[in-house]
Formats: sequence, C-alpha cells, structure tokens
Amino acid sequence: MPVLISATHGIHTPEDVVAVRQAVRQRAVELGFNLVDQTKLVTAASELARNTLQYGGGGAVLIEGIGDGLRRGLRLTFEDKGPGIADIDEALRGGFSTAGGLGLGLSGARRLSNEFQIESRPGEGTRVTITRWR
Amino acid sequence: MLTELFGQDDAAILQRWMDNQLAGSGFRPDRISRAELQENATQFLSAFRRALSSGSTDIHGADWAAVRHVLDVLSASRAERGFSPSETATFIFSLKQPLFDRIRGLHEKDGVKLADTTWEINQILDKLGLYTAEVFQRSRDAIIARQQQEVLELSTPVVALWDGILALPLIGTLDSARTQIVMETLLQRIVDSGAAIAIIDITGVPTVDTLTAQHLLKTVAAARLMGADCIISGIRPQIAQTIVHLGVELGSVVTKATLADAFRVALQRTGLAVQKQLPHERKPPAERDRTSGGSEA
Repeated sequence: MPVLISATHGIHTPEDVVAVRQAVRQRAVELGFNLVDQTKLVTAASELARNTLQYGGGGAVLIEGIGDGLRRGLRLTFEDKGPGIADIDEALRGGFSTAGGLGLGLSGARRLSNEFQIESRPGEGTRVTITRWR
Repeated sequence: MLTELFGQDDAAILQRWMDNQLAGSGFRPDRISRAELQENATQFLSAFRRALSSGSTDIHGADWAAVRHVLDVLSASRAERGFSPSETATFIFSLKQPLFDRIRGLHEKDGVKLADTTWEINQILDKLGLYTAEVFQRSRDAIIARQQQEVLELSTPVVALWDGILALPLIGTLDSARTQIVMETLLQRIVDSGAAIAIIDITGVPTVDTLTAQHLLKTVAAARLMGADCIISGIRPQIAQTIVHLGVELGSVVTKATLADAFRVALQRTGLAVQKQLPHERKPPAERDRTSGGSEA
C-alpha cells in the first residue's frame, strides 16, 4: 500500500497527547475524512497516545496517509518500549484497567477503527496499529 | 591585559557598537527605541569595564554581578516584548567588532598579544551572549507558566442562568489539571449559590475520549453528593457516535444536544416555565425595564 504522507510525533508529556490529536485531525481533514470519521480517528488516537504515555512510559506515533487508486486511509502506529501487556485478551475485553481508568481505551480504539493490530511482549514494549479508511 | 581596552576614547567604542546594533538585523525599531538601546549599551559598558578591571574573567563570580544584573533586566524586558533569542543575544555579539578593532589598534605590532587578547575577550563575550540567551529562555518560560495559569482560571467560568441553575460552558482540552479546577469551581459555586441544577456544556470540547468521559462522570457524581443534579449538554452528533463506539456508559446522567434544551429541562425541574406574552399583555418598555425578571410565570 503506497504511503502518501508520513510524520512521526514523540509522546512524552500530556501536552504531546494534545499535539498528536491535533496532528491526526489535520491529516484526517487533508485526506477528506468526514466529521464523524475525523472525530472517531482523533478519539482513537487520543486513547492510544495516552496509553503509550501512561502505560508505555512514553514513545512515539507514526502517522501515515496511505492509499492506492481506489481508496485512501489514515494509519497510526503507536510504539513504546514499556513493560508490555501481560494479557492482551483481557486488556481488549473492556472494563479492565490497571490504573483506575474506565478500561475502555484500547477496546474503544479498536471499535473506532477499521483495522486494528496489537503486538506486545512483556518487558519489550507494545505496538498498536490502527487504520481507518475513508 | 584586558583593562587596557578601556580608558581612552570609550565613546568611540560605544558609538561603533550602537552603529552595529542599529544596522544589524537584531534592531527592532518597533519594539525598542534608539534612546533606550543607547541607555542599555551605556549601562552595560560601564559595568563591563568595572568587571574587567577586577581582573576576574569568571562571569558567574561576584565581580561580574553588576554586568549580570544589566543583562537580566535587558533579557527579561526583551522576552516580554517578543524579541527572538538571537535578536537578544546580538546585543552582546555586536560588541565584538568594536572591541576587536580596539585590540588591533593597541597590539598592532605584537601578533601573539593580539591573538591572546582577542581570544580572551571573545571567550568572555561568548559566555555573556549565552547568559543572555539563558535568561531570555527563563523569562519566556515564566511568561508561559503565568499565561497557562491565567488560561486555567479564565477558561472555567461558572455562570448563573437563573436562581438555582448554574451553567459551566467548557472550552478546549479537558486534561487532569483543568478538570480538577473545573470540578472545584463548580462544587464551590453550588455551595455558595445553593443551586439545585448545574448544566455542563461541552460544545467547545473538541474531543471526548474515555478520560474526558471519566472526568465528566466524576464531576457529576461529586455534584450529586452536594445535592445538585447535573445535565450535560452540547453533545454533537459526531461526539455521540464516538461515545457509543467507545462503550462509555453515561448511566443516569441526563444529556441534551444543546444548552437551550438543557435549560428547558432545568426550568421544568425547578417548577418554572417560559411563556410567550400576547401583544395586548405586553407592558410599555419603561415599565418593563423596572420589573426585572422578564417573562417568568
């Protein structure tokens, strides 16, 4: 899948989470997503960026506009070198949180995107990739 | 060695320095006047001269306190006025040329002395230039911190819509620090006013994620403990769809699309109604102004 545009943003402070939201919104607007899809993408990005910061101890997100002749999409890859997720199934089930949150961030982000991949190894870090098509 | 630099025709050095600053890109006639620049330069030169005559080249030492003070005041005032860091540091760096020229005049015949003195004065001026940049940065940080605080306080107004009905129009990002202030302000106003209903309007909140939702739910729960019911209004269609996908349960919290809808509910709950007056019932304007309260029935 050809990458049209790509940019990396560091996630190390709560202000960076705000900056990621703004960057994702801007890209989504550029790619012609409608308002509902923009909001879904931005919200999913907000959840995952906060997870990267809060659980992963900081990391980065790669924002890519992708597309072939037929369709366009936005792909976000969040990566951290944190402790990893011990039980991915449990983390994805919803309502489970190790930090007093609502426990809906990861499962919510999955429902807000069209494609969702998560790789995590305890002690090595976590990588979450989501894609939403226009 | 460095003390020889000054003592005769200091006015010429000042003049050359001023010319350099006025001609360089660091001069901002819109932000600083020529007279003020001249005063800064004169103050700096006299402090600089005294510091050099002490023999010390440690700009962080006691002998250089007066020089640092001049630069502190100058950098802070330039940060306030919107100068860039390089424009601020140029104040020091533009002094190099007049001083190097002076050194050349003094040691024209002695190459070693010429090189040594130039190197020595260059080091001092570089340190002073970096010092101005540091002070400048610190002043900027202080300004930003102050503005953040101001925005925090400004952006959380609690307004009384009616007796017993408060509204809290939220605008911008709901991070933890802000939510804490929002919650405290709202709870305090509920106590002060004895309000029965508080409307939290999130029209101006661009993104509602699980953390924002959790903050809102906590605020509603806390207000309920104080005896006030909350209505959340300003839920736009895209936000509503997103909240559903996230799986956030708003439970028993009353939500409305607009602040007007929420206000209507609040009026009903407090036993009030807005009624339209027929033309023949309307009082003349002067009389109407005196009876405050409007169309309450």
